[in-house]
Amino acid sequence: MSYHSIVMVKQVPDTANISGQVMKPDGTVNRSKLPTIFNPEDKVALELALQFRDRFGGTVRVMTMGPLKASDLLRECLYMGADEAFLISDRKFAGADTLATSYVLAEALRKLGNYDIIFAGRQAIDGDTAQVGPQTAEKLGLPQITYAEAILKAEGSTITVKRKVDNGFEVLEGTLPLLITVVKDAATPRPFRAKRVMAYKNAHTLLELEKMTEGNSLLYVDQLKEEYVSKGLFIPTLTADDLDVDLNRCGLGGSPTKVHKIESVVLGGSAHETIPATKDGMYALIDKLMEDHIFG
Amino acid sequence: MNENKLVWVFIEQRDGKPADVSFELLSKGRKLAESLNGELQAVLIGHNMQAVAEETFHYGVTDVLLADHPDLHHYNTLPYSRIMSELVDRYQPRIVLFGGTFIGRDLAPRVASHTRSGLTADCTDLQISDVTYLRKDYSQLLLQIRPAFGGNIIATIICPDSPVQMATVREGVMEKIPLAQPVAGRITPIYYEPDAADHLVRIIARHHEESKVNLKAAPIIVAGGYGMGNWQNFQILHELARVIGGEVAGTRAAVDAGYIDHVRQVGQTGVTVRPKLYIACGISGAIQHRAGMSESNKIIAINADPDAPIFGVCHYGIVGDVMEVIPKLIDAYKHKLK
Repeated sequence: MSYHSIVMVKQVPDTANISGQVMKPDGTVNRSKLPTIFNPEDKVALELALQFRDRFGGTVRVMTMGPLKASDLLRECLYMGADEAFLISDRKFAGADTLATSYVLAEALRKLGNYDIIFAGRQAIDGDTAQVGPQTAEKLGLPQITYAEAILKAEGSTITVKRKVDNGFEVLEGTLPLLITVVKDAATPRPFRAKRVMAYKNAHTLLELEKMTEGNSLLYVDQLKEEYVSKGLFIPTLTADDLDVDLNRCGLGGSPTKVHKIESVVLGGSAHETIPATKDGMYALIDKLMEDHIFG
Repeated sequence: MNENKLVWVFIEQRDGKPADVSFELLSKGRKLAESLNGELQAVLIGHNMQAVAEETFHYGVTDVLLADHPDLHHYNTLPYSRIMSELVDRYQPRIVLFGGTFIGRDLAPRVASHTRSGLTADCTDLQISDVTYLRKDYSQLLLQIRPAFGGNIIATIICPDSPVQMATVREGVMEKIPLAQPVAGRITPIYYEPDAADHLVRIIARHHEESKVNLKAAPIIVAGGYGMGNWQNFQILHELARVIGGEVAGTRAAVDAGYIDHVRQVGQTGVTVRPKLYIACGISGAIQHRAGMSESNKIIAINADPDAPIFGVCHYGIVGDVMEVIPKLIDAYKHKLK
């Protein structure tokens, strides 16, 4: 039996590697200047889905919700081996919290249909919430297996998954279709395949084609799209109009959580005692800690 | 708008044993209920849970909603989330708190999705306050405070129009404060009817090991960050910990780099600790890390960068190369105390 998977991926700001160039003079981070990366655990989820396809046959589709720039991420998925990619993009989806995000993702999955397993990373590094996977599963009425470390077996409509739990692991048997969220250790993402990079480097989303035609009266989007479709280089975009969504449940307006206040963390000094990094300094430090009744 | 003032805590159990984080949340929940002039209630799902239910009375719980059934012995997403979602739908509590554990993080989003409630993950503080949001006044909202965006900002999240406000909190973040005398609470049995759909995912094996590491109980913690440079350098922290009698811990960056196991991670998404002495080595001091250690009794920071934010929370700061400073510190300790 072969299986059809869809992997939910996300492009995220690289919050882990903040360099001096993105710091503002007041000591806060200029978020718009942060480089974007493939959310690490989503990349592992894609790898696990590809390995699953290698073992059992079937297809791997990927989808992401994001702006035009997220097209880069989808090309990377194609470079790794995904069969098809979809961009979900609409200004009406912007500013969504996890509930509104999972609503649109669930509707997009309904639209794509024909899946046995939905894969996603456990969490994205920009929010670390780990909520979107379970919330998407709930909306589709699917069971979920979170914190998956390995897929041990697949037989008919049953898969066996090893998952992490507090202080140990569990082996679960699940009836398909279901949603799996994947932890970092589950797999090592494969490098891009040179052949696939050559084949798909010119694959473009509808949004990108629209941008190419801007200010060029000789190019028409529909024509261009037809050309890209015929070459197999068109990445479909799903907008609010393409999905059967209730706009009251999308984007900022559809998000129950609101940011009330943001305080930038400003790095400042404090009144600590400076200890010289010398032998005498260390001797004095031990004395102080003895006075503090920590040692001795 | 939701007029009742119920504060709920989901009581998590593993093998029938209640999780510490649940009592920490009850202690915080009691304060929130006091601010609201409301009531603290607990939801407990499991099997043979009578004693655990009664234990919550020591934290001020007036009513335990208890679903007790042999099929509910182990946590399983579908039946647990179905029970919890139905209860939230029926009683419409003002606030629901979950532990930021594997179970809580599996369960809470499902319940929030079903009930369309606002949910904020890994809060480091919770408060009740009146809020004006977009020129509208809201009374007694839950302020859900958490570091965000790689620790570069502290965000206060509110759910102004969500009848139910939900949050997860990591173990150790809130203090566990039992009452001197238990309250006279009651237990309300919740009827559980097994459903075929509850078995779409079945547990076929479980392997639980009692954690060998208990960072929360360690009086001295030697912690390393990404600034240790590599795994070999990190090993000197084990040497220091051995000599002075402490446990070794690390930042998330150190865990991600493979220097140390994730069970020893201190910070917002790891363990929160309050030892007598915390020695931060090669740790820049991102807010997420500080959220997990800033209440330590004494903090020593060793870092080559004099502008590292860790110096903002330490008591004793040493600017220098950790690989040179630590051997000197070990020698000084041995000389003075042995």
